Amino acid sequence: MSKITLNDLSHSYLDKQNSDVDWALRNINIEWQDGGAYALLGPSGCGKTTLLNIISGLLTPTKGKVFFDGKDITSQTPVERNIAQIFQFPVIYDTMTVYENLAFPLKNRGMTDGEINSRVKEIAKMLELTKTLNNRASGLTADGKQKISLGRGLARSNVNVIMFDEPLTVIDPHLKWVLRSKLKELHQKINRTMIYVTHDQTEALTFADQVVVMHEGQVVQTGTPVELFEKPKHTFVGHFIGSPGMNIIPCKLDNGNAAIDGVKVSVSSQIKKSNFSKTEIGIRPEFVSFSEEGIPVKVLKVSNTGRHKIIDTECKSGKIKVLSLTSKDVPSGSAFLSFDKKYTYAYGDSWIIE
Amino acid sequence: MSLELKNVEKKVGQDTHIHRTDLSFQKNSINILLGSTLAGKTTLMQIMAGLDKPTNGEIWFDNKNVTGMTVQKRNVSMVYQQFINYPNFTVLDNIASPLKITGMNSDEIKKKVGEVSELLKLSGMLNKKPHELSGGQQQRTALARALVKDSGLILLDEPLANLDFKLREELREELPRLFENRECIVVYATTEPSDALLIGGNTATLMQGKIIQYGKTIDVYNKPSNLISAKVFSDPPINVSEIKKTGDTFSLLNDSVKWKSSNVKIKDGKYKVGIRPHNITTYREGSNSVEIKGKVLISELSGSESLIHFRNFNSNWVSLSNGTHQMNVGQEAKLYMNVDEFMYFDQSNKLVNHV
Amino acid sequence: MNKTINQKAWLFVIPVFVLVAFNAVVPLMTVVNYAFQETFANNVFTWEGTRWFKQILRSERFHAALGRQFLFTGVILAIQIPLGIAIALTMPKKGIGVPVCLVLMSMPLLIPWNVVGAMWNIFALPEIGFLGHTLNDIGFDYNFTQQPGDAWFTTVLMDVWHWTSLVVLLSYAGLRSIQPAYYQAAEIDGASRWAVFRYIELPKMKKVLTIAILLRFMDSFMIYTEPFVLTGGGPGNATAFLSIDLVKMALGQFDLGPAAAMSLIYFFIVLLVCWVFYNLMMRNETQS
Repeated sequence: MSKITLNDLSHSYLDKQNSDVDWALRNINIEWQDGGAYALLGPSGCGKTTLLNIISGLLTPTKGKVFFDGKDITSQTPVERNIAQIFQFPVIYDTMTVYENLAFPLKNRGMTDGEINSRVKEIAKMLELTKTLNNRASGLTADGKQKISLGRGLARSNVNVIMFDEPLTVIDPHLKWVLRSKLKELHQKINRTMIYVTHDQTEALTFADQVVVMHEGQVVQTGTPVELFEKPKHTFVGHFIGSPGMNIIPCKLDNGNAAIDGVKVSVSSQIKKSNFSKTEIGIRPEFVSFSEEGIPVKVLKVSNTGRHKIIDTECKSGKIKVLSLTSKDVPSGSAFLSFDKKYTYAYGDSWIIE
Repeated sequence: MSLELKNVEKKVGQDTHIHRTDLSFQKNSINILLGSTLAGKTTLMQIMAGLDKPTNGEIWFDNKNVTGMTVQKRNVSMVYQQFINYPNFTVLDNIASPLKITGMNSDEIKKKVGEVSELLKLSGMLNKKPHELSGGQQQRTALARALVKDSGLILLDEPLANLDFKLREELREELPRLFENRECIVVYATTEPSDALLIGGNTATLMQGKIIQYGKTIDVYNKPSNLISAKVFSDPPINVSEIKKTGDTFSLLNDSVKWKSSNVKIKDGKYKVGIRPHNITTYREGSNSVEIKGKVLISELSGSESLIHFRNFNSNWVSLSNGTHQMNVGQEAKLYMNVDEFMYFDQSNKLVNHV
Repeated sequence: MNKTINQKAWLFVIPVFVLVAFNAVVPLMTVVNYAFQETFANNVFTWEGTRWFKQILRSERFHAALGRQFLFTGVILAIQIPLGIAIALTMPKKGIGVPVCLVLMSMPLLIPWNVVGAMWNIFALPEIGFLGHTLNDIGFDYNFTQQPGDAWFTTVLMDVWHWTSLVVLLSYAGLRSIQPAYYQAAEIDGASRWAVFRYIELPKMKKVLTIAILLRFMDSFMIYTEPFVLTGGGPGNATAFLSIDLVKMALGQFDLGPAAAMSLIYFFIVLLVCWVFYNLMMRNETQS
């Protein structure tokens, strides 16, 4: 188990870099404590898999260092770092049985047969694979195979970090949910440091204690799921997290007051600066409601998701989504919207103004 | 214009891939086939398209029997999960390809391609090749190619499954808009209940080659004809428990939870109750709520919602509450169930009464 | 998935059908004709029934040729398959080395087969050939035209040089299709290079190797041109493989009856092996 520190990491897949776009990762600085569940969340191409492979040692960074417990391990191989990695699709040894698959990493490290036997049985019980131990690994379903991959990672008791690279990609949707909860349960039981890479916010937010949101090779914001949801520091985070994402509406700043379509909007923190080229208000649909007065909008469409209603409205400055309970009535035609001040933020050049 | 499947069945050797089915889709409708992988959605769509022949039964399109007709003769477009585009053609040529085959003149083709690429926000990328585009843009190109033909039947086989979460959301929102004002029947296969609910239209729930229920999406969701349909249409999975009714009181078989529901008029006896996770919350909701106690197994907070898995006697339950409600693993929790949203099924899994 | 039937496609097949009929079916039926009859000259035929078949199946000469053929094919497979895999494993996966290696590997396959035979004939000549001369210089008493052992050695060496590339290219394609994640997982598991080969590379190459083995079996079993040009089947009968022996019988001795019968038997052996292979492959498919 280790505290992980990433120091000024940058990486490029090209030999020469002429501009920012040539870098897959730029100036990553992160510190992760022992035993936590962390997630790297971001769209395809943001650099999260690159970062994961640098931490596991499968890739050497162009610049920067990686520390485990204060020790510089940047040049160490994955075996030396004692990590485990689970990939997007199940990686199993087809010709071996489930038992042999789980025993493989232990055999390679010279454990005795007796030790291997008890450890494999322990892991199989944790992952509910005991009944299939003697079956050929290639005969299991996709989620069974992923469990084997996971088991191989867990089998070594001195593993520092377990990394997951979008592990639920090939799993059936109804099994995805089960496996996801199982990973969370597993973390709660064994308390090992786990890093989970995904583009799916549900997976990231339900699994991790701390989420690192990445965009175009950089870290945009780090925080607990609740922090990221309730107070996004960048409009990208606001938009990316939440389904539907945060409403970002252009606004005008005037003497510390914000206004949309001429209507004053109260924001949660004081607006002291005002020299921005782009100013916007961010408010999540969950915190928008219909009221007697406020921003005038036209109601465009009502969608029922079973759990709540998503209402698409439009004001002069842009579109605003509202999330409300299924039982509540929705006005038709024209209406007014009001924002919950506590969760309304002003953004200057995409960064929060506070 | 309508698409009708009459007594369609598909057998491969001894296995029945599609059980006897009757379906009828009207024009200007979006019809969703909802079911897990291997439920039969792709097989059914291939039969509708003419890429596969049913073992028995007939397909009627626009009141004409098209059962033996090849797919080239039918007016069909199909979009796949895997962003299928001609790799050596530019986006423009890709979209124009189905029109070029029909021998349309090049001015007409240009105009139609222009319209469709505008609709799918591809106007700036017409000169690029598919490998230069992102996943979302490639899928839009495939969609554009399907729409430009003005087919009577457009089939989409899990088109969003390979896209990033956010891209999926965006494209899903645009889909209904793409199909309005088109005189066509759209069939959309998916494994995600949220896709069905957000797109709307009609939904058919499938399980193991059988169509369980077909109707307006929100009706199938709120009034599943049987427990299987309810299970297919729930994400996270629906909580099911055995219950008994004596007099005017319902109770779980272990008697830990009892409630009254005067609107539900069924005979005394044993039943099953289906409770969707969002109807079990950490706060009281609805006019009739009952308390349930349990030990917290897993607590998942996503910022917008809290998923609490808990154990009551011998069964595991899942609850979904809005907002953040922190609960510690092992803690004894008190949660509330919204009785008015309960669904009751008899021992043969049929819906008996739902308020 | 069943394709819907379009009858017009049959029209496209007619020209090919006619060509194949002329070049394959008619000669085949001629051979069958000869196999069941005896002819002396002037197209006079007498029915012999299964006499030729019985004669061939009992003849020592046939058994000897068959034995030589199986031995040759066995030796070829035992050398070329492992060698091909080994070379494929060392070929680069990225960079300029890839097209260079692929071209080098393809070159032996492009040479016309009789030229291959002629090349090796000159190459192995004891006095003036580079190989022959060098071997004799080193101290081996090498003469492929007179010593059966040397003739076998040279024929096998020629075939290995000519056809190993095929196995290499097929194995390389199989190796390239293995996703990097498997190697990464093995690295993390601490697997040795041998373990990676045994548990990841070899299983994943199974399909490709089956095709390689089938192709090499069939081709080596029917081999004619190269050994004919190299040794003529000699010295004596040492390298007279099935097809060479068959041609000797048909054209040399003009025993058309037995030759026709032998070629039919030959044909059935090859068919049988293909059928066995096909079933093995299909069984593997359904298992996985």
